[in-house]
Amino acid sequence: MPKILRPLDVYKVLPQTNCGACGESTCMAFAAKVADGVADLKLCKPLFEDPKYKDKLKVALEVARPPVKDVVIGVPPSQVVVGGKRVMFRHELTFHNPTAIAIDVTDELDEQSLVKRAKAIESFVFERIGQQLKLNLIALRCVSDVPEKFAKAADLLAKNVSLPLILCSYSPDAMEEALTVVGNKRPLIYAATKENWKEMLELADKYKCPIAISSPGDVNMLKSLASTFMGAGVEDIILDPGTFVKGDSLAETISTFAMLRRAAIEREDKAVGFPLMAVPAVVWMEEGDEVDKKMKESYIASILMTRFADLMVMHSLDFWTLMPVLVWRQNIYTDPRVPPSVKPGVYEIGKPTDVSPVFITGNFALTYFLVKGDLENSKIDAYLVVTDSEGISVESSVAGKRLTAEKFAEAIKTSGLDRKLKKKVLVIPGRAAKFSGELEELLPGWKVLVGPRDSSDIPAYVEKVLKREMESA
Amino acid sequence: MSGKDEVLNLFKLLDEAGELELEDVTIEAEELAIEFLPVMMQALVKAAPEAAVALKKVVELKAEKFEPPVFKYPGSIAEVQIGATRAEGGTRGKVVKIGGDTCPPFYRFESPPKNRPVVALDVFDQPVVPLAGPVKNAYKDVLNDPAEWAKKAIQVYGADLISLHMVSTDPTIKDTPVQEAAKAVERVLQAVDVPIIVGGSGNPQKDLQLFQYVGEMTAGERLVFASATIDMNLEEVAKIMKKTGHNVIALAFLDINQAKELSRKLMDGGVPRDHLILDPTTGALGYGIEYSFSVMERIRLAGLMGDEAFQVPISCAATNAWAAREAWMKVDEWGPREYRGPLWEATTAIVGLMAGANLFMMMHPLAAKIVKGLVELLSKPKLDVKLEEVNYRDWVKMRV
Repeated sequence: MPKILRPLDVYKVLPQTNCGACGESTCMAFAAKVADGVADLKLCKPLFEDPKYKDKLKVALEVARPPVKDVVIGVPPSQVVVGGKRVMFRHELTFHNPTAIAIDVTDELDEQSLVKRAKAIESFVFERIGQQLKLNLIALRCVSDVPEKFAKAADLLAKNVSLPLILCSYSPDAMEEALTVVGNKRPLIYAATKENWKEMLELADKYKCPIAISSPGDVNMLKSLASTFMGAGVEDIILDPGTFVKGDSLAETISTFAMLRRAAIEREDKAVGFPLMAVPAVVWMEEGDEVDKKMKESYIASILMTRFADLMVMHSLDFWTLMPVLVWRQNIYTDPRVPPSVKPGVYEIGKPTDVSPVFITGNFALTYFLVKGDLENSKIDAYLVVTDSEGISVESSVAGKRLTAEKFAEAIKTSGLDRKLKKKVLVIPGRAAKFSGELEELLPGWKVLVGPRDSSDIPAYVEKVLKREMESA
Repeated sequence: MSGKDEVLNLFKLLDEAGELELEDVTIEAEELAIEFLPVMMQALVKAAPEAAVALKKVVELKAEKFEPPVFKYPGSIAEVQIGATRAEGGTRGKVVKIGGDTCPPFYRFESPPKNRPVVALDVFDQPVVPLAGPVKNAYKDVLNDPAEWAKKAIQVYGADLISLHMVSTDPTIKDTPVQEAAKAVERVLQAVDVPIIVGGSGNPQKDLQLFQYVGEMTAGERLVFASATIDMNLEEVAKIMKKTGHNVIALAFLDINQAKELSRKLMDGGVPRDHLILDPTTGALGYGIEYSFSVMERIRLAGLMGDEAFQVPISCAATNAWAAREAWMKVDEWGPREYRGPLWEATTAIVGLMAGANLFMMMHPLAAKIVKGLVELLSKPKLDVKLEEVNYRDWVKMRV
């Protein structure tokens, strides 16, 4: 069974003074939030800062440590926390610390191209349901084999963008050269291997940076290295078991990720209790068509994110390849207990009057935002009645009978619009077209129109159909 | 100073002095002592040896062995055969088998998958359903002929089987009588030699008629009928399936309890476990897919843990991905629709695949190709590529 933290476990290791420094009125309330994963133990300033709690702090850190440790890369304000996982399945407990996505750059790019690509990575954004879906890190690969070149590129990145860096080189010389320049920004050192681990371990300690341990295809070595590092007091570790995608080796990769995560959570195997790193960018080593590679990189990223990758390095910066990955990340990291929904009720678009049309839809948050946006684009004054579809899309809730003609009629009756309006025109979603006959019977005096199947057609519909219908109503 | 700090100091003093006499001190700490003493003792003991935090010189690798966390599952998933050959009482040249899972999906360290998940391409008996542009393009020459459509889906696009949706029977669309609609089933069965899934319109009364009529007509073919829903007469559905030997998909609406109820009722009514498939509803990527994912994961895990109602294969209608505007809408900054749409559908299917789905209903040929290619690679009993032969580390230095 996964080790799920209980509020009392946390409470026991807090100062219990109810000082309020964390923003909660009591230590118990704070403990509940920490246990739920929504508050960081570090918010308890006295525990971390007051020397008299020194001993307590040690126990507290041990108690609060999730089976998969959380590792911080970068420095505020753009630092990234990866890992920190307590469960394997999101139905057990909401996942925290969304998979961080890095895009690669190389030290062979000329200055201008390097800065340009880095800025494109940093400014990449996909706005969706009121959230900004973004990329999180830049992975600088040492292709040149020249330490000075590597360090110079790192310096250039640090000066031009604020995203945290992953420094990728197996050469301790190149790594140290780069760390002398950007080591104070807490980049991720990639990577310690069975050949270079002693030197890399020293660098991680010297510069106090998190470090990735890479042991492709050899989990015994991976665990040995992690265990050795822990023994040396270096615990900000990320594990790279190797992302194999050639032919059927992908099957092995998927299995290995699941195996490591299960060992960490279900068996509390501490030496593998660290964030997992995947490199979907490896598809670019293969021969073949560019579009095929972009698709493959995208779906491998989605697969490995589903299979517990906490950090990923990708290469393609195309919007269409990143969209599915970012949206799946947004989806899988939501609270499984609460569908993203808005409050049922009447919403006003523009300045509606007693002769404005009424649109009706479900209360899935995405439905609401899309319909609202498209109505606003139509530049029309209207009422939008949001019905309780239990947070599910119109199509699914009509199919599953969570939205019915009766439910629509009930929402109109309780909205007060029945009395308020002189013209009673109701536009129902195209995907609920089959309700129209029944609704006319349930709502005497109303004219029921079937709107478009997709709300993006609302502006055209308003222009071509609704305006005429409103005049004749 | 709080009570427990006093206790803490007390212990420190005791530790130093060995003995201590207290005067004028009241400690109301009976409860505290009981509750916190072990924690503090632990803290004090632990604190001592780690005084200076500095890197210990490490010269030796601590050799460790990783023990794969292999579980024993009390249950396994039934294997469902779709289609029957002449020898088996049907007419199909090919049959497919799904399910038989003995561990979570693609946990190869426990066991390789027993059967490869399969991909069905959707065919509609009438071109009445609005299709997204990229999908319509792929089938524009066959839209008016379900038999030709099915042929193209198998011969050109490589689907494992056909899901024929009898949308024209919908009382709110065309209300085609089932006897007439059944002709399309006959024609498709003649056009292709793979098994087919016969889907209704979603109207519970009409679908029952359809299952009855087409079920009798094709008895022995071991087809799949879709879908038995909670508002149908499930006893009747079970009776038809039992009598005709077909398989049935039970469609629940993102609700694990409803899925269980459906499964129970159909099995109680006489549908054998190896003739039942559960479809917990697939929301499009970005439009509720996470609910589908979690319900599928829970169903599969519960089945493996011994819940008989869930020891059946899972079906995933990835076609629903096209409800997402990200899949089809023309937005220049989102990139080319001809790739974006299929990738959206493929990703929707792949999320279902990782949750345990065994059967996919899909629409776009490219999406179907991606998913079929992927499941073929992931489902091999024995892998060909040796990891040590792949120069994984070269990714750091690749020139792209």
